[in-house]
Amino acid sequence: MDALSFVIVGHVDHGKSTLIGRLLYETDSLPPDKIEEIDKASGGLGRETEFAYLLDHLEEERKQGITIDTTQVFFKTDRRRYVIIDAPGHVEFVRNMITGASQAEAAVLIVDAAEGVKEQTKRHSYMLSLLGLRQVVVALNKMDLVEYSEQRFAALCDEVREWLASIGIQPEYYLPISAIRGENITARSDKMPWYSGPTFLASLDTLKNKVPVENRALLFPVQDVYKIDDKRINVGRVEAGLLEVGAEVMLLPTHQKTRVKSIEKFLASPTQAIASECVGITTEDSVFLDRGNIVCLPGREPRLTDTLNASVFWMSRTPGLKGEKLTFRCATQEIFCKIEMIGRKIDSSTLKLLAEDADDIQNLEVAEVTIKTKKPVAITDFNDVQEMGRFVLVRNENTCAGGIITLSK
Amino acid sequence: MNRTLTHLDKLEDQSIFIIREAYSQFRDVAMLWSIGKDSTCLLWLMRKAFFGNLPFPVLHIDTSYKFKEIYQFRDMYAKEWNLNLIVARNEDALAGGLGPDKGKFRCCNELKTIALKQAIAKQKFKALYLGIRRDEHGIRAKERVFSPRDEDFEWDYKNQPPELWDQYKTKAAEEEHLRIHPLLGWREIDVWEYVKRENIPVTSLYFASKGRRFRSIGCESCCGPVDSEADTIDRIIDELRTTKVSERSGRAQDKESDYMMQKLRSLGYM
Repeated sequence: MDALSFVIVGHVDHGKSTLIGRLLYETDSLPPDKIEEIDKASGGLGRETEFAYLLDHLEEERKQGITIDTTQVFFKTDRRRYVIIDAPGHVEFVRNMITGASQAEAAVLIVDAAEGVKEQTKRHSYMLSLLGLRQVVVALNKMDLVEYSEQRFAALCDEVREWLASIGIQPEYYLPISAIRGENITARSDKMPWYSGPTFLASLDTLKNKVPVENRALLFPVQDVYKIDDKRINVGRVEAGLLEVGAEVMLLPTHQKTRVKSIEKFLASPTQAIASECVGITTEDSVFLDRGNIVCLPGREPRLTDTLNASVFWMSRTPGLKGEKLTFRCATQEIFCKIEMIGRKIDSSTLKLLAEDADDIQNLEVAEVTIKTKKPVAITDFNDVQEMGRFVLVRNENTCAGGIITLSK
Repeated sequence: MNRTLTHLDKLEDQSIFIIREAYSQFRDVAMLWSIGKDSTCLLWLMRKAFFGNLPFPVLHIDTSYKFKEIYQFRDMYAKEWNLNLIVARNEDALAGGLGPDKGKFRCCNELKTIALKQAIAKQKFKALYLGIRRDEHGIRAKERVFSPRDEDFEWDYKNQPPELWDQYKTKAAEEEHLRIHPLLGWREIDVWEYVKRENIPVTSLYFASKGRRFRSIGCESCCGPVDSEADTIDRIIDELRTTKVSERSGRAQDKESDYMMQKLRSLGYM
């Protein structure tokens, strides 16, 4: 089975890094010298062994006991391999959490059983829903602090369920666990006989890999053009559909038509390439492609437009202003743009409506915007082909926002 | 159409995508080749990405304390693969007698990091490809695929750029260069399985002789072998499936003090 990547999100101190450490420990994924190193480092700071030390590797992280940046670690069970993405829970580091979550196929939302739903619980889960991550497991951690109470668990489930329903997430499971004590992580807990669902590890084994959407038309954004001997090879990655030698294709934005003459790989001559393959192509007619051009099928081409509607989440301390010149990047397309209109704007933690028509968008806010690009770009609806239905906005060479495209029908 | 991509196919495609993204942004780049298995695997992917001919130099940071097998392997394949090989050494420090006996931190910093700085200053590279992986070390697990360094080569690990959906960092004026990490998502065993599948040559140091082999190679003075009977690639893969010993357990710079690796890396170490 393919490796599954999942991100662990939740409020600061609710136990994300501890849960991962415990998981690695119980699945026998730790080398002895790692355990020794952690014992030594924990001892040096006058603390008991802490599982969080496995992931919080930066000196500042260990001394302050918080995670600053996202980390990826690997482990495997008898069923499959996993990539765990740890994400920081502090509000200062939300963009690191988003970086982590954008690379995941599933998410674990961890909630402290004593504290309940907090600011980052809400913000992180809302970001998951915005990023299109719908496969979510809710882990109610630190059950040891609430005497493994069934009533407390039921009340918390209601609280979390109500919040998640409001943002369109229906979790796969609600699990009562204690990461620090190892309850319901890999083996059933005898402290919570009232719970009959799966352990944390068993719940992971039921999660599904993201598969490329089938029956989509070809989308091949050109990454670069190499001149090899006397050939012009247009390299790129198939983002959707099937690329075939001999197929008639359309090139955007010029709308020129040609045929695929060859598919190029080093020391190989494939006749087809499927989604997520990196190949080069040559064309029958001498057309001059460039980075950002899209090779697609005539009659099934993506929307070509200079005006688009999107939900944008802002990740920079410097706000985005209406009318400000920014760079729009979607797949390999890159072009200047302006935010023409900032419509409904909400606080990403409380979902409180901040404005219906705003002049700026601030850090951690989410808004429905209309973006005008300098020249037309090829896009899809996010729910159609994610790879070309999402974009980033760049200012001074730094990504300041991410966006999800909604196409009007 | 029923063809699906294997785990190694996906890793290969993702790495080639990253390699080409970086090259589309920068033509003045170089690749760091330590001659170890990871950077040799990266070099192999580079040859695939560019259809056999690397359009930029390959840089070997030579401390002069490397194993003789490393030098032999380097010279043989630089020729066979028609590489534009640049060997960079901190000649002043070497002339002054610097070596591991003068302190490991200082030796690593001067003979590797400073030598790299000298090479970049001379060649004006805007970006460097490196074969580091997340599972090698907890500090490397925090890295981005495109990772900026400032004029002092410092890694601002507390303020890393967001990296969403394969949209990587572009270089800002105040940034000295970008580090590009195409193998970040590979594990040690993935590298070996790929070496096997592709028949990539690696130095003999990795194969067991008299009950010992090297898991990770660098300077002869600071690398210890591990106990092993794995004398073929298949046996190495089998060993990695069951071993509890971590890859860099033989590397001195990981052990010197708790945060030596972080300090070295924040100063520009690879």
